[in-house]
Amino acid sequence: MELFDLPLIWAFIIGFGIIMYVLMDGFDLGVGILFPFAPSEGDRDTMMNSVAPVWDGNETWLVLGGAGLLAAFPMVYTIFLPALYIGVFLLLAGLIFRGVAFEFRFKARTSRYLWNWAFAGGSTIASFAQGAVVGAYIQGFNTVDGVYVGGALDWLTPFTVLTGLGMLAGYSLLGSTWLIMKTEGRLQEWAYKITLPLLAAVLIIFGIISVWTPFVDDMVRERWFSNLTVIWVLPVLTLLCAFQIFRSVRNRFEGMPFVATMGLFITTYLGLVVSRWPYVVPPEYTLWDAASAYGSQMFLLLGTLLVVPIVITYTAWTYWVFRGKVRAGEGYH
Amino acid sequence: MELDPLLLSRIQFAFVVSFHAIFPVFTIGLASYIAVLEGLGFKTGNPVWLKLSTFWTKVFAVVFGMGVVSGIVMSFQFGTNWSNFSQATANFLGPVLSYEVITAFFLEAAFLGVLLFGRNKVPAGVHLFAAIMVATGTFISSFWILAANSWMQTPAGFELINGVFHVTSWSEAIFNPSFPYRFMHMGLASFLTGSFVVAGVSAWYILRGREVEANRKALSMCLWLILFIAPAQLIVGDFHGLNTLEHQPTKVAAMEGNWETSPNVPLLLFAIPDQDAQTNHFEIGIPSLASLILTHEWDGVVPGLKDVPRAEQPPVAIVFWSFRIMVGIGTLMILVGLTGLALRRGGRYFQSTWFLQVLRVMSIAPFIAVLTGWFVTEVGRAPWLVYGIMDQASAVTPSLTGGMALFTLIGYIVVYAAVFSAGVYYLMRVLYVGLEDQHDEEEHEAERPARPLSAAHVPFEYGEDKPSNPAKQGGH
Repeated sequence: MELFDLPLIWAFIIGFGIIMYVLMDGFDLGVGILFPFAPSEGDRDTMMNSVAPVWDGNETWLVLGGAGLLAAFPMVYTIFLPALYIGVFLLLAGLIFRGVAFEFRFKARTSRYLWNWAFAGGSTIASFAQGAVVGAYIQGFNTVDGVYVGGALDWLTPFTVLTGLGMLAGYSLLGSTWLIMKTEGRLQEWAYKITLPLLAAVLIIFGIISVWTPFVDDMVRERWFSNLTVIWVLPVLTLLCAFQIFRSVRNRFEGMPFVATMGLFITTYLGLVVSRWPYVVPPEYTLWDAASAYGSQMFLLLGTLLVVPIVITYTAWTYWVFRGKVRAGEGYH
Repeated sequence: MELDPLLLSRIQFAFVVSFHAIFPVFTIGLASYIAVLEGLGFKTGNPVWLKLSTFWTKVFAVVFGMGVVSGIVMSFQFGTNWSNFSQATANFLGPVLSYEVITAFFLEAAFLGVLLFGRNKVPAGVHLFAAIMVATGTFISSFWILAANSWMQTPAGFELINGVFHVTSWSEAIFNPSFPYRFMHMGLASFLTGSFVVAGVSAWYILRGREVEANRKALSMCLWLILFIAPAQLIVGDFHGLNTLEHQPTKVAAMEGNWETSPNVPLLLFAIPDQDAQTNHFEIGIPSLASLILTHEWDGVVPGLKDVPRAEQPPVAIVFWSFRIMVGIGTLMILVGLTGLALRRGGRYFQSTWFLQVLRVMSIAPFIAVLTGWFVTEVGRAPWLVYGIMDQASAVTPSLTGGMALFTLIGYIVVYAAVFSAGVYYLMRVLYVGLEDQHDEEEHEAERPARPLSAAHVPFEYGEDKPSNPAKQGGH
């Protein structure tokens, strides 16, 4: 009766949605984190203009992911959200603030500085919270019979603080390389200048996390130090991407630093996936344990297969229309 | 004091959902109005219709943006505060809510951009088509949301396996017994909301002598709509009530403030329900009228609250009074429609200052009616979350503590207060700038998609971009 392994299909769809979200909202969150450090107010205008046309499309992936999790893997939804209760609140509050700041800063004159802070603060808090979620996932959850039984702040450990900082650094790097690609002149020069220190920060923090992770969980250690050596190609690729960022910034390439940073994120993400596969609620539950009923997954799959390609096409078209440099004073509004 | 996570979660959900609901209920009605304006403009070529449409599209953009932002929290709250409920109902509610998200994205991706930014870039027919699709899309969105809510009120098409709902029939589950009534009732409520807001704003402009010609046309349309829809809402509401009587008799008992199951139940105009004493104080009622309305017989038997144990009764006073406020406003709306008709001759409806003032005040009435209506149906099903099967206490997140719930309750109140005072303030600015002086910034924009709010080219602060002295333009 069950023709397809629907949980597996859904795992790919949601996994794809997550990396799409991380890459795309990542650079505009990164621009927000870097916002207060920009050389001038005029540069801040340009920074915001560079992400203005696309940021809200980027966040749609998050909402889709939230609803998709409830439908396809309700156990993930009903364990992660209670366990990360405070973090989820901070994430949503941060995203709301920065979203509204985005809209109103363009229209504001005298109150502009307030929206600047809302944008930067919201972006920073949301990014940190996302990193902490990743850390909490690696740590695993305290559950009994598929229900979270831990405390409110179990997720907040030195390890998750570090993954939170790692996400801050990583998104900043995506942001700075995005600015290299999309801007010119003094702002681009500034972006070149901060990219290598940010890359160093990312490598140091990601390095510590990588060394630390096997100690957080035995299963991860076994996965990496068993005979499944082929997965070691992932960290090697990560390092190659890092080197590529370094080299292309040195050579003043404009597009390559961003592309290589995306590569760095993708290989790190895949590394995380193989560390935990097929567990979606570590340490106990696999994606098949967490799945909803076959009929429910099938019912939603039909609509998703119809609409997601349209959303992707639209997204691609948006980026195509807004290709090229954003110049100072060339207001989006 | 012991903090109760259940009570705090209920307050938080009520707060967030109430705050959210006022935006979509307006945009659904407004989207249809814009589509009608576009259609009239397309057919007649009269620039007044397009002027109105351009202005109200800006308002739509801002309100739609706020609805999306406030809705994000909703989709996560089911998991954070009601995880047992989510776990049990995910097989049905997950796909249904996801379809709502998918609909909204599809709408935004395909048609919203064309409606907001495409007027000078696509052929007029395509623009009209986009307006119609946006209006249709808002209804499809509400279709899914109301299917989910109605299923919780009158669950159908499922079997329970180990405490988890499994869908046995999607059509029975989606088109569950209360869904058609709720959908109709809410659709008409959206039209009424759109009509009264447009009417109130138009009245305000006319009072100030601004763009009288265009606003008079808008006002006239709204008054015709109100004349027919307000009474229609009364009839649909009555059917909805009969459906509730069949499936949720205790809710109807609370709405009527009726404690004992009995015939010849009076329609109470005033009472102070006392849940502890299980009775009412200071009753003023019309004999047998509740029996007549609910059963269509003078001596029909109306169920009483005491049919169920006290623990299964909803908070009677909230339901009782919310219902009266909603019906009272509905009655006022019918009166406004009739008054508008009476003032038609000689065009007094746009010359009578007192009537225009009434319309101005009435522009907030539909929001109160919608909220109190939802209070009736949501509070009235307490203590049930999935009616008769899962109660609120067993639905709440087990790991949630009172302190956590209080923290996020205060947090969301702060966030919403800050964000929405900015949003509503900005909306007022858009209204203040008005229909005049719609300098076509769209001309300057390259062909590109953009976000809803950027469609309203109005600065945030007062003092800039003021409309040129209104007195000069109108006939003040």
